[in-house]
Amino acid sequence: MKAASFDYVRAGSIGEICELLAEHGPMSKLIAGGQSLVPMMAMRLTKPSLLIDINEVKELKGISAQSDNLIIAGGTRQHQIEASSEVKRFCPMVQKALFWVGHPQTRNRGTLGGSLVHADPAAELPLVSVLLDAEILLQDADGEESVAASEFFLAPLVTALRPDQCLVRVSFPIWSGAVGGSFHEVSPRRGDFAIVSAAAQIALDEAGNCSRVAVGLGGVAATPIRVFAVEEAILGGGLAKTQLHELARLAADEIDPEGDLHASAEYRREVAYVLIERALTDAVQEARARMGASS
Amino acid sequence: MTENKFKYIGRERRTKEDKRFVIGAGNYVADIARPGCLHLAVVRSPHPCARIAAIRTEKALALPGVHYVLTGAELEEYTKPLQQYLDTPNVRWYSLAVERTRYAGEWVAAVVADSRYIAEDAVELIEVDYEPLPFIIDPEAALLPEAVAVHPKHGSNVIYRRTFSWGPVAEDFSKADHTLAFRTRWHRSATVPLETFGVISEWGPGQDILEVWASIQMPQYVEQIAAALKMPQNNIRVHYDVDVGGSYGVKRGIKHTVMVCYLAKKLGRPVRFIEDRLDNMSGGDMHGPDRSFDMKVAFDKSGRINSLKIRVLDDVGAYPGRSPLQLGKPIGAIVGAYRIGSVEYEAISVTTNKTGQVAVRGFGQSPTNVALETAIDRVAAYLDLDRLEVRRRNFIRPEDFPYLIPSGTTYDSGNYPAVLDKALNLADYERMLVRRDELRASGVAAGIGIATCLEPSGGNSAFEGLLNPSNESTTFLEAVMVKVDRNGTVTVIINTTTSGQGHETLVSLIVGEELEREPDQIRVVHSDSLNGLWTHSPVGSRMAIMMGGAAAGAAKKLKRDLLRIAAHNLGVAEDELAYDSGTISVAKDSTRKLSWEQLVIIAHRQYQKMPAGMEPALQSTFVLEVPSGGNLPTPDGRIQMYPCHSFQAHVALVSIDMGTGKPTILDYSIAHDCGTVINPHIVRGMIYGGAAHGIGAAFYERFAYDEGGQLLSQTFMDYLLPSVHEVPEIRQTEHCTPSPLTSHGQKGVGEGGYLGAPAAMASAVNDALAPHGKTLDTLPMRIRDIWECLNLA
Amino acid sequence: MSNHDIKIKVNGVVRTGTVSARTTLADFLREDCRLTGTHIGCEHGICGACSVEYDGQPVRSCLMYAVQADGHEVTTVEGLSDKDGKLSALQDAFCDTHALQCGFCTPAMLISAQSLLNETLKPTDEQIREALSANICRCTGYVQIFQAVRLAAERLRSGKEKVAS
Repeated sequence: MKAASFDYVRAGSIGEICELLAEHGPMSKLIAGGQSLVPMMAMRLTKPSLLIDINEVKELKGISAQSDNLIIAGGTRQHQIEASSEVKRFCPMVQKALFWVGHPQTRNRGTLGGSLVHADPAAELPLVSVLLDAEILLQDADGEESVAASEFFLAPLVTALRPDQCLVRVSFPIWSGAVGGSFHEVSPRRGDFAIVSAAAQIALDEAGNCSRVAVGLGGVAATPIRVFAVEEAILGGGLAKTQLHELARLAADEIDPEGDLHASAEYRREVAYVLIERALTDAVQEARARMGASS
Repeated sequence: MTENKFKYIGRERRTKEDKRFVIGAGNYVADIARPGCLHLAVVRSPHPCARIAAIRTEKALALPGVHYVLTGAELEEYTKPLQQYLDTPNVRWYSLAVERTRYAGEWVAAVVADSRYIAEDAVELIEVDYEPLPFIIDPEAALLPEAVAVHPKHGSNVIYRRTFSWGPVAEDFSKADHTLAFRTRWHRSATVPLETFGVISEWGPGQDILEVWASIQMPQYVEQIAAALKMPQNNIRVHYDVDVGGSYGVKRGIKHTVMVCYLAKKLGRPVRFIEDRLDNMSGGDMHGPDRSFDMKVAFDKSGRINSLKIRVLDDVGAYPGRSPLQLGKPIGAIVGAYRIGSVEYEAISVTTNKTGQVAVRGFGQSPTNVALETAIDRVAAYLDLDRLEVRRRNFIRPEDFPYLIPSGTTYDSGNYPAVLDKALNLADYERMLVRRDELRASGVAAGIGIATCLEPSGGNSAFEGLLNPSNESTTFLEAVMVKVDRNGTVTVIINTTTSGQGHETLVSLIVGEELEREPDQIRVVHSDSLNGLWTHSPVGSRMAIMMGGAAAGAAKKLKRDLLRIAAHNLGVAEDELAYDSGTISVAKDSTRKLSWEQLVIIAHRQYQKMPAGMEPALQSTFVLEVPSGGNLPTPDGRIQMYPCHSFQAHVALVSIDMGTGKPTILDYSIAHDCGTVINPHIVRGMIYGGAAHGIGAAFYERFAYDEGGQLLSQTFMDYLLPSVHEVPEIRQTEHCTPSPLTSHGQKGVGEGGYLGAPAAMASAVNDALAPHGKTLDTLPMRIRDIWECLNLA
Repeated sequence: MSNHDIKIKVNGVVRTGTVSARTTLADFLREDCRLTGTHIGCEHGICGACSVEYDGQPVRSCLMYAVQADGHEVTTVEGLSDKDGKLSALQDAFCDTHALQCGFCTPAMLISAQSLLNETLKPTDEQIREALSANICRCTGYVQIFQAVRLAAERLRSGKEKVAS
C-alpha cells in the first residue's frame, strides 16, 4: 500500500498555499494531518500529482475567542482543541464531539479543517460544525469566502471547497445564557466513525425557557444534518421529558438513512431516535445545572 | 494451590524472549535486509470468477526498475500444484490464478521491482482481460447439485462429506424424554495477526541452496516447497530464527513462498514479498472456519444429555488445502466436558468463490464449542434448570478419568467441577447474579455467560487419515538437541520459528529443571531446516507437551551420560550416585565427587577417563512422538489424535444498551487447568489473549462478502479488531490436574481462551435476551443483530 | 517524483537522507535508518504498530511522509532505553509482567504508554485505556500491558519520591 508518485512542497503561508493551488489546480492536494488522506493515497484511491504541506503554516493554527465567536484556525490539531481552556469555556460542544474522534495518536496529528474537508458523513466534527452553525472561511488567490457549515457539506466526501481554495478557519458562534450540550454516538468500537451520532445544544433564559436550541444527526444521511422540526418544536413549547421523547420520535421519522455492513437503515433510524432523546435530555439537564450554578 | 515441587518450572520468572522485543530488536522477516533484494507486489482479481483471457505486461515491464512479471501460466509450467490434504486431484491450487480466477482478490500476476513502491506502480500498468463467469457465494447453495462448481473438473463443490456415528444414537434419541434442535452460525473470521505474511528467498548459486526466511508457522513447510518446486529438499534452507509477528495458526504462506522462491532462483536475486494489508485480507488465503451447525440434542428430564446429532457445513472458500481437516479435530473432543454416550457427526466441507480457508487457533474447535455449549444452555432453558446444574450433572467426573468418549479418544485427566467452582468463586457468582438483576431493573439488558471448553493438545497427525483414508501418516514428532560446550555452558537447539509462544523460555526451564542448571544461563537457538532436526511446528497447542517433552528427554539422556562418566571415574555403580546441580557425588560419601566442570572436561578433553565405547563430548538429541502414540482411525472413525486435554471455565457479565444494542463486558473470569504450568506469565498471556481473540470473533470480526462476491471487510476500517476499549481486564485463576502422559504433567494452553470466550459471550448475550424471549445464534453478534433481538418483534 | 534532502533528529541523532516525496516516515525509519523496531501492520492508520513519538507526541508513522518530518524530532523504540542499553522503567515493567508475546505491537505500545507516563505518573485506568487505545495487540488481550503500565508508573513514582526525600 504505497502511494503513487507525487511532488511535494511545503507551504510557508496562506498566500503561498493559494498561489500554489491557483497554479496547480485540481491535481494538487493540501495535506494537513493526513489521517484520512494518506490512507486513501496508500490505497491509490486518490493520486494527487502535487501535495502541498500546510502543517508548517503558523497562520493556520490557533484558537481565539472574538466577541461572539470562537475562532479555530483550520490547521489546529484536534488534541489542541481538546486541551484548550478557551474551547472549554466558550464552545465545549466541540470537545464533547472530540471525545468520540479517533484515538490520541490520530488527534495528535489530525486537524479541525482536515476533518471538515474530508466530510465523512459519520464524522463528529462536521456534525458539530453544522449543529452550531459554524461559518467556514475559505480562501483562494482572489480572496476569502465564508460558507455556512450547513452549505459546506454536499455529499459523502464532497464539500463546497473548490480545488483552488484552502480552509482557513472556522468560526463557532458563542452561545449566551445557561448552555448545555451533549453528544452521543454508537459505533462498534470506541474511536470508529459513528454508525449514528446525535448532538444537541440548548440555551435557557433566566426564566428557564429555551432561548436557543440546535439538534443534529450524523451517519443518517449523505451529510450531517440538523433536525429543524425538533428545534422549532422545542422553541415553541416546554421541555418536559415526555415531550423530548416525542420530539426524538419526530426526528427519527424525518430521516431516511441507508444500510451497510455495520447497520441496517432501520437500525440507524431507530437508534437516531434513542440517541437524540439522550442528547436532548442530557443537554437540558446540563443547561439547568448551569442555570442553577449561575443564580 | 498445590505446592510446586519444581525449582524453575512454574515459578514467576521473566521470559527469555521479552527483552529483545522491548528494545525493538526482534528479527521479523521484514527486518531482514539482503543485498540487492527485489520486491514483489501482486495484481488482485476484481472478479469472484472469471476466465483470464489475456494478461498484457509490456507497459509494466517498460517501467524503469521493473524486473519481471510472473503469471499463473508460467507457474503452472514450472511448479506443481500446492498440496491438498484430501484426495482431490482436480482441485489445483497455485500461487497465482491459472486460467481462471476463483475469488475476488485472488492473485493473478506478480511484479518484481527495485522497490515495493515501483512494484505497485507496475501493478497498475498490467492489463488483464477477464471474462466474468458465474460464481457461488452461499455455502448451502453451493451444496446443491445444480450449483456452479468452483473447480469444474472436480465435479461439485463438495470437498468432503461423511456422517460418523458413534454409539447407539438412534436408540438414545428414541428413548430420550426430550429432544430439541437449533442452529448456530459462525461467520468467517480469522486470527489476523498484526504482522502480515512475509517471505524472502535467495538462491546461492555457488552452494545451490535456496535460502528462505519467512514468517511461517506450519507443519511440512520445507517439504511442500520442495515438492512444488520439484527440488531436492536438501537444496532448501528455511531459517527458523525469524521472529513471527503473531500467527495463531494462520501463517501458512506456502503459496507466497513458492512464488517467491521460484522468482529468486529464476532471477538470481533475493526477492521479498511482504503482504500489504490488502493483499493479506483479500488474497492471503488466511480466512478461518465459516460454519453452520444444525444441532439435535436428546436428553432426559433431569437434564442428562444422552446423545447429540451434529451436522456441520464448513465453507472453505476456493482452495481448501489443509482446511477441511479442521472438521477433524473436534472429533477428538466431540462431547466436550460431558458424559454424552453417543454422537452422530455429519461433516461437510464445501468450496465457494471466496478466499481460501486456513488453520485458525483451535483448528475448528471454537465454532464447535459454541454449538456444544449452546446445547447445554438450551437444555437448561427447556427444563427450566440452572445452567450450572445441567453442566454439573453432565460433567465427566474426576473419578471417571481416564475417560473414553464415543469417538474413540481417551481424555487423560481433569477435574471439571473444581475448575468451574474456581471460576465461579473468582467471579463472585452470587454477587454477579445480583448485579445482573440490578442492571436489568435499571433498564439495561444484562446477562451472565457461562461456558466451558476442552482443549485437546499435543496431537499426532492421524486427523489427516481420519478424513483421508489414503493417508496413513500418524507421526507428529518434535526433536530437541541439548549440548554442553567445553566451557560447560548449555545450549539447546530447537527447530521451529516462534510466534509469541515463548519456546526459548519453555525449553530453558525444562532443561534447567532436569539438569538443575540456571535457565537464564541456558542458550536456546533456532536451527534451520538443514542443520537442525525435525519439527512439526507449533500447532495444536503442542509445544509445551512435545517440545517440552523432547527437551526433557534430551536433558535426561545427557544427565545419564554424566552419571555414566561419573560412575566410571568414581568407581561406583550409577545408582550409587547423587546428582546435585551438576555435581555428582557418591551418595554414601559426598566427599567423593566430580563437579560439572570436571565432568565436562572429561567428556570433551580426557578420553582416557571416558567409559569404554562412549562417544566423546556432551550432547544429546531426543525425538519425541506424541505420548499417546500413533494409531490409524477405526473404520467407523474412532480415533485418538490428542493425548492431553486441558479444560477452562469462563464466567462473564455483559450488559447491553437496550437502545443501541451495544454490549459491554463488565466482568470476565476464567479458571483453567492445563496441568503443570511451566511459566505462569506465558500461560496467563495465552488465556487472556485467547479470550480477547474470542471476544473479537464473538462481537466484531467478520469477513463479509456481498452478493456480488466482493469482500466488504478488506481493511481494518471494516474488519474490526478489538482494542483495549473492547476487551475488559480479564481475571484468571488456575487449577492443576497433571497429565500422566507428559514429562512434567503439562498440557497445552494456546487455544483454550479462544475456545471458551465465543461460547461465553454467546451465552451472556442469550442470557440477556432470555427475558425478552429471544435468542441469537449467529457470531459475530453485531450490535445491530443484538438490537434487532431486543427491539423488533 | 520530487526527491528531497531531509534532516530528521531520530533518537537524538541527526539523520540525513534523500527521499522521494511518497516515502512514508515509517519506511524511512525502517529502510533508510535501519531502525526496524518500528513495525508496519496495516499502512492505513488503524493498527498502531508504526507509532513513533513525533515532536514529543505519539503519531502513526505510516500516515506521514518522511519529507514532512524534515526539521523535526522523532523517537522510536530504539530511543527508549538508556545510551548504555539499560531498559527504561516501562520496558522493564513490560518484561516483568510479560506484557507481550510475539512482540510485533510492543515497540508502538511502549511509545504510547511512555507518552502517557511523560504526562502523568498517576494515570487512572481510564487514562491508560485511552492512551493504549490506538494500538492493537492480537496476542495479550491487553491485561498484562495494563499491569505493566501501572507497575512502571508506580516504580517511577516511588523513584521520584526517593529522590525527593
